[in-house]
This record gives sequence, structure tokens and C-alpha cells, in this order.
Amino acid sequence: MVETALLATAYLLAGVLFILSLRGLSNQETARQGNVYGIIGMLIAIAAVVIGAKHLDYVSVVGAVLIAVVIGGTMAARVAMTAMPEMVALLHSFVGAAAVLVGVAYFVNEGDAIYGNTILLTEIYIDVFIGSITFTGSVVAFLKLKGSISFLKWKWWISGKPLLLPGRHALNIAMCLACVVMYGMTVAGTGTADGGGLMMLLITAVISGVLGIHLVVAIGGADMPVVVSMLNSYSGWTAAAAGFMLSNDLLIITGALVGSSGAILSYIMCVAMARSIWNVIFGGFGAAPPKGAKKPQADTSGLSVIETDFSEVAGWLTNSKHVVITPGYGMAVARAAGAVYEVTQLLRKKGIKVEFAIHPVAGRLPGHMNVLLAEANVPYDIVLEMDEINDDLPKVDTVLVIGANDIVNPGAETDTDSPIYGMPVIQVWNAGQVVMLKRSRAVGYAGVDNPLFYKENTAMFFGDAKDSMDAVYAELKKAAAA
Amino acid sequence: MRISVPREIAPAERRAAATPDSVKKLIKLGFEVAVEAGIGVEASLPDADYTAAGASVMDDTKALWAQADIVLKVQPPLQHEGLGVHEADLLPEGATIVCFVQADLNPDVPEKLAARKATVLAVEQVPRISRAQKMDVLSSMANVAGYRAIIEAAHAFGSFFTGQFTAAGKVPPGKVLVIGAGVAGLAAAGAARGLGAIVRAFDTRSAVRDQVTSMGAEFLEVEIEEEGETAGGYSKVMSQAFIDAEMAMFREQAKDVDIVVTTALIQGRKAPILWTTDMVESMKEGSVVVDMAAIKGGNCELTQNGEHVVHNGVHVIGHSDLSTRMPTTASNLYSMNLVHMLDEFGGAEGWNLDLTNEIARGMVLYIDGVEPVLPELPEKAEKPKPAPKPAPEPAKVEEVAARPPAVKDVKPPPKGGWISAILGLALIVPWLYYKLADPGGLANPSTAVAFLQHMTVFVLSIIIGWHVVWSVTPALHTPLMSVTNAISGIIVLGGIVVVDKTDQPLVFWLGIGAILLATINIAGGFLVTQRMLKMFHR
Repeated sequence: MVETALLATAYLLAGVLFILSLRGLSNQETARQGNVYGIIGMLIAIAAVVIGAKHLDYVSVVGAVLIAVVIGGTMAARVAMTAMPEMVALLHSFVGAAAVLVGVAYFVNEGDAIYGNTILLTEIYIDVFIGSITFTGSVVAFLKLKGSISFLKWKWWISGKPLLLPGRHALNIAMCLACVVMYGMTVAGTGTADGGGLMMLLITAVISGVLGIHLVVAIGGADMPVVVSMLNSYSGWTAAAAGFMLSNDLLIITGALVGSSGAILSYIMCVAMARSIWNVIFGGFGAAPPKGAKKPQADTSGLSVIETDFSEVAGWLTNSKHVVITPGYGMAVARAAGAVYEVTQLLRKKGIKVEFAIHPVAGRLPGHMNVLLAEANVPYDIVLEMDEINDDLPKVDTVLVIGANDIVNPGAETDTDSPIYGMPVIQVWNAGQVVMLKRSRAVGYAGVDNPLFYKENTAMFFGDAKDSMDAVYAELKKAAAA
Repeated sequence: MRISVPREIAPAERRAAATPDSVKKLIKLGFEVAVEAGIGVEASLPDADYTAAGASVMDDTKALWAQADIVLKVQPPLQHEGLGVHEADLLPEGATIVCFVQADLNPDVPEKLAARKATVLAVEQVPRISRAQKMDVLSSMANVAGYRAIIEAAHAFGSFFTGQFTAAGKVPPGKVLVIGAGVAGLAAAGAARGLGAIVRAFDTRSAVRDQVTSMGAEFLEVEIEEEGETAGGYSKVMSQAFIDAEMAMFREQAKDVDIVVTTALIQGRKAPILWTTDMVESMKEGSVVVDMAAIKGGNCELTQNGEHVVHNGVHVIGHSDLSTRMPTTASNLYSMNLVHMLDEFGGAEGWNLDLTNEIARGMVLYIDGVEPVLPELPEKAEKPKPAPKPAPEPAKVEEVAARPPAVKDVKPPPKGGWISAILGLALIVPWLYYKLADPGGLANPSTAVAFLQHMTVFVLSIIIGWHVVWSVTPALHTPLMSVTNAISGIIVLGGIVVVDKTDQPLVFWLGIGAILLATINIAGGFLVTQRMLKMFHR
């Protein structure tokens, strides 16, 4: 009894520490401390379980843990910040896989005794079902984000394009029904003799795995922030289901925390992209034909853009009092964050106010741009959210839009036919001068032309973002020296 | 293709059609550029800068003209007194000339140019469409002129524009009334605000109200509703009742304001008289009227084109060369407009005056000396300025109005919805349980109780999670994901429990596999979070 009480206390402590850990992320100053709380909570929980164990094979467990720590540590140390989305997706898949393994192991371990216990069977099925979806869905998301896999000398490219099978919703429903049938048969005890029950559980795992793949392949590359958040949520619910199965409150608490966190992130992403959350959950939302697909979009083929070059941009920047930089994923792809930081520093030294405006869906992960800017040494107190900057933009002299497109598209506010209509955007066009750094005149991920290009206070600066920013930096330097 | 830019010969013309900056851009477009020596002297642009920019500077005016494929000018061709020849005759046959033509003021110019088989582009005829704004020399010059109008007014005005409290006493701020809030009017309002004056502006087109207020000026209104905008964005003639109300308001203002800038022009007509003699007479002595419509007869009854007259102590300034009085900026803007024009027509390589291009259609007077036959326009032609929209469907208007401009409140999520969802979940699950549970489950109350306890923990944790996570700053959403990644590795407990319980090898190894995967998550998640958070600094 004492042991149980100790275990419960340890769980309570760990649960509270996890909550504090998330709480710490409410601002940058307390964030690191929050992470430490999380680590302590985790150590307490594991220690309590290990101490309370009856006949644990310490050698194997410690061996597995050591190997895992080395693998996890290496991943964490090596991953490029631009590749964070892939890493996050991969880690989600591990949670899913672990949940499936635990579920199956538990089922096997209980033996025939399990067939009388409907609650437990239900919990195992839910655990395996969600776990398997999370696992395969995350693996597909990982592959899509990575864009290619190579094995020895072979290399496969994975398309970011959504794959839409005909009748995909019917297919999804059929797969869910098949899982329910398996569950029903197991509960009813039909054909469960001689390992038949295990077979049915494994079939469920496979079917829900296929379902997970199918849900995510139907989603396009640009919608990955939503998908990754959603899978984050699923991984939480998986852990919670495992907690029910194992009667373990700490797993339930943690799972619920992670699940709601992922749900909130998905919600924020959906609002920021003007998508319906239900479409996300049921997959294939990224490819729903836009409302106005049949109507031709405002014809911009006859319009022309104003092109500019580095010396003009440098001139605008020097003559500004307040500069705002709006980065998008293009900045990360071009690895231009460092060059952007150099320019920022130079301008700040001249007494020019420089701020960054971050759209919630800029990047491939919620908050991704903030991390990339932090990595490039940009102080976080000049990195602002869309809502914080929009009202100030009319007073801003120059806006640099680097590798972003849809998130600054005025059509989202005015053009009811636009597929991104209703998506909140950074209203850069209110500033005095807008400079769009872009590789080419191509449309953004949403496939929508951007009327911003043709505004008279917008100048297009074509070229690789890093080279462009380097050129601007050199020009500013030269001007400063002269 | 060779571009020649001669020095302007019109008296008092100080602008140049090319600047060192524009020369650079022209060369980038593939042109060879030659300018006449001394071209930019009046605009403070020395010949050496043109040479540095890549232009050849030529002393011989005739040779300069003779070698040209395209001539860029500001003023229309005139009799060249020094050479005793008309500029139009200097133009080689079949060459192109780009300049102000203003055929209504210079009726002989088009004929002379036609006789030279010239291709003539009249810059004042750039159509008023958004695509052509970067070539719109009228706007550029109006902007400069509006600014200069205030400077001229300030020069003639005997007091400060900005109010001051000094040791010697108080100086009241100047009050400026701008009539007509087009490009020139807005520039004047902005310049006057910049000097610290109280600025009011009036325009018959209510659409410009926002532009006026954004310049920091007050928008005056008359109490009659009438829209004064044509489809082309210009002003039209208003009804008599409106004009009466407008004049009454001006009479009121005349007693109060110190400076009046009038910019009212109506397309193709003499400028309307808006500021009558009695208004001038009711103004304070020392007040100034700057009439920017002087060249078209003036908005003020007392205006004399090109003159500065004083009537009853009130200055009435009718200079029509206001933009020329700021030669450097005017040259810069004018020459850049021309660069955009030449770019629009294909640059040196792709030079093509395509008459299906609306801009070319508007500007071309002659092609090789003959008036071109304009081809039918294909359907898609851009409408001159977004025509006032036919009232959109009411439903849509509401939708737009209901949508806040920025989602200030991503935060307040549909709380009611989520709470009822959670409550519903909390109620449905036990119901399902009692409904579905086999007799064994029901007969075993401790299982049921344990389940309900777990449910309690689950639901409460979701609520806590919901509140805690909303407090996370969006800047840290990526670390949030990686930290939740790490703590969802708590599933390692499941692995340990399974491994501990079992004596079956299969179960054991499945458990070990789970431990391995979950621990990768824990280690990887926490470490990468730590790494990321270290990067955040002030």
C-alpha cells in the first residue's frame, strides 16, 4: 500500500511539473525553466515506476533507454532548425508506434482472461486505433516534409501534392467500419480462439495504419502546419488511451495536456488559413476545390510589376525610420536568415527601428519562423505577431517581404472568389514602400495570384533571397563607409 | 537603339528629360543614350554625372538630334533661336519623340511633327489606369507642383505656418484651405501639414476623404449629397444647388483661412471659378491665394496666368510653372516615368508600340507621321480605374463588415462549444459504458468506479491543458510542439509496466520496443527544446 501511495504521489508531482512546463512557455524568459520542469517531471515518473517494479529486467530496459537516449540526443543535436517540422513529425510517429506496441503487448499478456473485460478491450482497441493512425500519418507527413528519401544509392522523391482517391470519404468510413467490426467480433468472442483475437487486433492496426496514410496523403504540402499540429494532438490522445488501458493517471493527464495543446495549435492554424477544422480532421481539406474555382480570377496578365534592385532597396531602407520585415518559408529555404540579421543589425545601428512581422502560418510549423529568426540571432523582442503589427503598418516606411506570398495577399480580404478569402493577412500594402523578395513571379502555395505585386508602392526584387540580402548589405555597408 | 536627350530651350524651363539615374536604367533596358551638354545644369545635375552613368555628352545639338532613334524631351518642340531652326525639323525622319505635346496649347506642333514622318508619344495622355501609374507624368508633376505651391505661399505669407508660444508672445498657426484633393491638392495638404499649419481640404469626390484625412487634414463637406467623380476618376461639373452650397461654404472659410490653394480642373474645360473677387476681398490682409489652375484660366477670378498680383493686400499667385521651380525632383520623377514608359513598350530589344496596349493607344499621336488606326480592343481591356462597383449583393457586404480586419481574437475560441463538447463527452462515455458493458463489468463495481475516476482525471486535464496552452506565446509554438513531443514520451511508463508484468518473451520484446521508441522521444524532444530555447534572446 505504501508503494502505491508513493507511486501516486510521484505521478501527482510529475503531472504538476508537466503543467508548469507548458505554463513556462507563456514567455521567453520562463521558457527554459519550464523545459527543466518537464525533464524533472519525466525523471520522477520513470524513477517511481522503475522503483515500484517487481521483477524488471534492468539490463534490457537500461540498455534500451541508453540506446534511445543516444539516438534521441544525436537527432536533437544535429537537426537543422529548418528541418524541425520533419523531426517533430518523426517523434509523433514514435509515440504512435509505442502506443501500438504497448497495446498489443498488453493484449497478448492478458491472454484469454481479456475476453470477459469489455472496458479493457475497448481501451486497447482505441489505443491501437489512434496509435496506428498517428504512426503512419506522421511517417507520411515526415516524408512529405522531407521531400525525398534516399537509401544507399537509390533516391525517391515524394510529391508534396495531395493525392485524392475517388470516393475517399467513403473509403475512410469503410475502413473505420472494418475496425468497428473487428472490435465487435472480439468483444462478442467470435472466432477469437487460438490467437484469433490477436489476429483481429493486428488487422485493426493495419487498417487504421492505412487510414492514417490515406488521411495525410490527401493533404497538400502547404497545409503541413495544420497536419503536424493535428498529429501532435493525436499523439496526445493516444497516450491518454494507453493511460485508460493501463489504469495509469499520469499517462491520462499527460495525454490530455498534449492532446489539447495539439488541438489548440490546429485551431489557431485553421483560423490563420481560413480552413474548417472538421475538414482537417477528416483529411483532404487542402485540396477541396476553392469556392471560386470556376470563376476566372481577376485577370492580372496584362498588369505589370515594378522591378527594383539592391541599390534602390538599400536607399529606401536608409531613408526609413521604421522598417518591417515579413519573412516566409522562402527565407528559410534560401537560408537567408543570417543575411537578414546582418542587414537588421546595420539598420538598427543607424537608429532605424526594425521589426519582424510573423504570420501564424509562416513556415512549416506553428512558430517555426520565430525559431529560425532566433537561430539567426534576431532578438525576440523585435519579432512581432501579425495582430501586433497590422495597426502600425500605415506608419511604417518600408516593408521587406522575404520569401512569403499568400500571407501578404490583399485578395484574402477583398476578393470573395479567392480560395484564401477570409484568411487574415499582414497588411503590408498600408506601408509606404513594399519590397517583395522573390525567386520568380510564380504564385504561392495556395495557387492564387497576388494583387500586391501590381500595387504602385510595391517593388519586386527578383532573385535568391540570400544573394539579394547580401547585396543589400554590401550596399548599405558601402554607403556607411562613404 | 539610340536615345537622344536635348537640353530644354523653352524659357524658364529648368527640368531635364533624363537624369544620371534614369540614364543608368535606360542603358539597362538596352538603349544607347546621348545627352546634350549642360542638360541638367539648371536641375543641379552636372554633365560629369551623366558621363559616369554611361551617357555620351554631346556639344553639337544638331548631331545629337540627327543620330536619334528616340528623342526624350519635356516641352514640345519649339523654334530653336540659337540654331535658327525649329526643333521638329531637327528630328530625323521616322524617329520617335516622347514629350508633352499639349496640342490644344500648341496647335502647330503636331503638324510639324507629322511632316517629319515622326512617331509621337504625348506623355500627358498616359491613361489613368492603375497599371500606368508609374508612367503618369501628370501625377508626378502635380505632386511636385502641389508641394511648390505651399512653398510659394509660405514665401509670400508674412507669418509662420506653425503656431508657436515664444517669450515675446503667441503666434497663431496658419490656416490652409486646399480646394481639390487630387494629386496636387494632396501634395499641398501634406506639405502644409509638414510646415505645421492647420489644413482643410475640399473636394466634390467624397472618395478622397480618406486620403485627405490620412494627410492629417480636415475634410470639409457641403450638406448636399452629390457624387462628383467620373468613371475615369476625374471631377465632373456639379449641379447648381451644389455649387451654391459650396460657394457659401467658401465664403465662410475665406474669412478664416490665411492660405488658399486651388487645384480644381475639369477635363477638357476651362477651370471653374471657385474663389470670387468678393472672397478675396473678405480675406485678411497678407493672405495668399495660390491658383494652380492658372494655365486653364484659373479658379480665382483675379488670377493672371504666370503672374503674382496683389489685390487689397491679398497675394494672388498664378504661376503655371510650379513643377519647373523644383527642377531636380521634377526631373527625377519625369525621367523615371519615361523609363517606365520605354520599358512598357519593350525596351531597346523588344521595342513595339502595340496598339492593343491601352497605354500605347492613349499616348500615340502619330506613327511615322500618320494618325494610327486603332485596332479593336480585345474584351479584357482594363477598365479605367476600378469603376464604382455596382452595389454588391447585400449578403456579401454584411459578411465583409462582420469580419474583423485582423483576427485580433484568435484567442477567445468558441468556448461554449468546447465546454459543451467536453461535458457531453463526460456524460456520454459513462452512458456508453453502462449500455455496452457486459454483465461482468457491471457486476464488478470497482472496475466501473476506476473507469469513472480515470474519466474525471481525463476531463479535468483537458480543461487545464486548454487554459495553459492558450497562455503560450505564439512565438514559442515550435518549442511547445517539441516539449509536448517529449512529454508524450511518458508512454514509456506503459512499456515499463508491460515488461515488468510479463513473463512472455513476445510481450517482453514488444515492451522493450515501446520503451526504446518512447525514450527517443523523451531525449530528443527535451534536448531539441533546450537547444531552441537557448537561441531566444533579447
